[in-house]
Amino acid sequence: MLHFSDLLQYTDVFFSGLMTTVELTLLTTVLGIVVGSSCAAIRQYGNTVSKRIVAVYVELIRNTPFIVQLFFIFFGLPSLGLKLSPWQASMIALTINLGAYSTEIIRAGLNSIPKGQIEAAKVLGMTFRQTLTRIIFTPAFEKIYPALTSQCIIVMLGSAVISQISVEDLTYAANLVQSRNFRAFESYLVTAFLYLGLAIALRFLFNQIGKRLFAYREAR
Amino acid sequence: MIQFSNYDIISNLLYATQWTILLSIAAFIGGTSVALLLTAARLSRNTALQKCVRLYVELFQGTPLLMQMFLCFFGLSMLGYEISAWSAAILSLTLFTSAFLVEIWRGCIDTLPKGQWEASRCLGLSFLQTLRHIILPQAIRVAVAPTVGFSVQVIKGTALASIIGFVELTKVGTMLNNATFEPFKVFALVALIYFVLCYPLSLYSKYLEKKFHVSR
Repeated sequence: MLHFSDLLQYTDVFFSGLMTTVELTLLTTVLGIVVGSSCAAIRQYGNTVSKRIVAVYVELIRNTPFIVQLFFIFFGLPSLGLKLSPWQASMIALTINLGAYSTEIIRAGLNSIPKGQIEAAKVLGMTFRQTLTRIIFTPAFEKIYPALTSQCIIVMLGSAVISQISVEDLTYAANLVQSRNFRAFESYLVTAFLYLGLAIALRFLFNQIGKRLFAYREAR
Repeated sequence: MIQFSNYDIISNLLYATQWTILLSIAAFIGGTSVALLLTAARLSRNTALQKCVRLYVELFQGTPLLMQMFLCFFGLSMLGYEISAWSAAILSLTLFTSAFLVEIWRGCIDTLPKGQWEASRCLGLSFLQTLRHIILPQAIRVAVAPTVGFSVQVIKGTALASIIGFVELTKVGTMLNNATFEPFKVFALVALIYFVLCYPLSLYSKYLEKKFHVSR
């Protein structure tokens, strides 16, 4: 009843789709965490106006579906004169999305740093930047690292939606294959398992990176 | 060609919002029911059952909701069951919701000190008695806030039902966009409606979290 062998000739289609998904995921993970860290720092140490702006950004993104954000950026922004390719639009949408979630996560980490620790750094004559990177961000990141990485994986899974604006990602490959050979179930099943494999691989990768990043713990 | 005034756009979107709300409620009820069963299976001392639940969670948290929807929609019809977009959406959202809720609730039950289980055992309470009188009353208090918070994810998840052709808020948004060529306005309104639906729930969840955190 199920004919997976019909999919074999489309291996390269699946592979290139997988690569697009991986590429976008890695890129947006880095960019999203940069956006999230900056926004979290503003939210924590900025002035009232900038705090407000970040709060509005975070709540707007967290309370609307990703697909609507994507459509708004891809279809809506060109009417303001900003024309984006599907790939660019989805990269921006994914980054903005992950940025908002990671802002909240990283802020929780920043909150967990005791005030005395920051004051101690000041007393020891560390500059604001030194304090921020060494005393605040490193331990904060260590605390929220699991939450942050699982959010990155959630965003990767959410990226399946970008096939709707014809980015040639993994889901797009599945749609393409099933429109060619009408093996919808097989095609989507294989794709679902590819996503699962990707999620597991990413989790492993993040764990390894985490071990390296926070290796100073074990040195003591 | 029909001209759409702002009033038409908004009234159509609001009409479609009913379906988004209905789908969310159905998925949430379905999701909680399945999650309750799964939690019971997880708490039972049957390791095979526990493993099944772990696998279930891994499968549904590790694959995109969109894929699950496609599989429910195309997969079941291939197996001979004619399934509407509405049923496929409810089914997949139920599975998705339950996989997340069972994990959330697991966390809530696990935060209770193990000593409580042991103490209940010493006092001669049976497994079910422990659950009913000791564990659940406490776990439910902790679980309410994240569960309400997750309902926001369910509402946002319903937007994907538009892709398998179920006419809800996002789908009507796309249709109106095709008819009016005013994507900026249409999708901003769609986003606004979702925000109005979700934000109160987010706030409520935060409020609950604070409330129970203080009382503990």
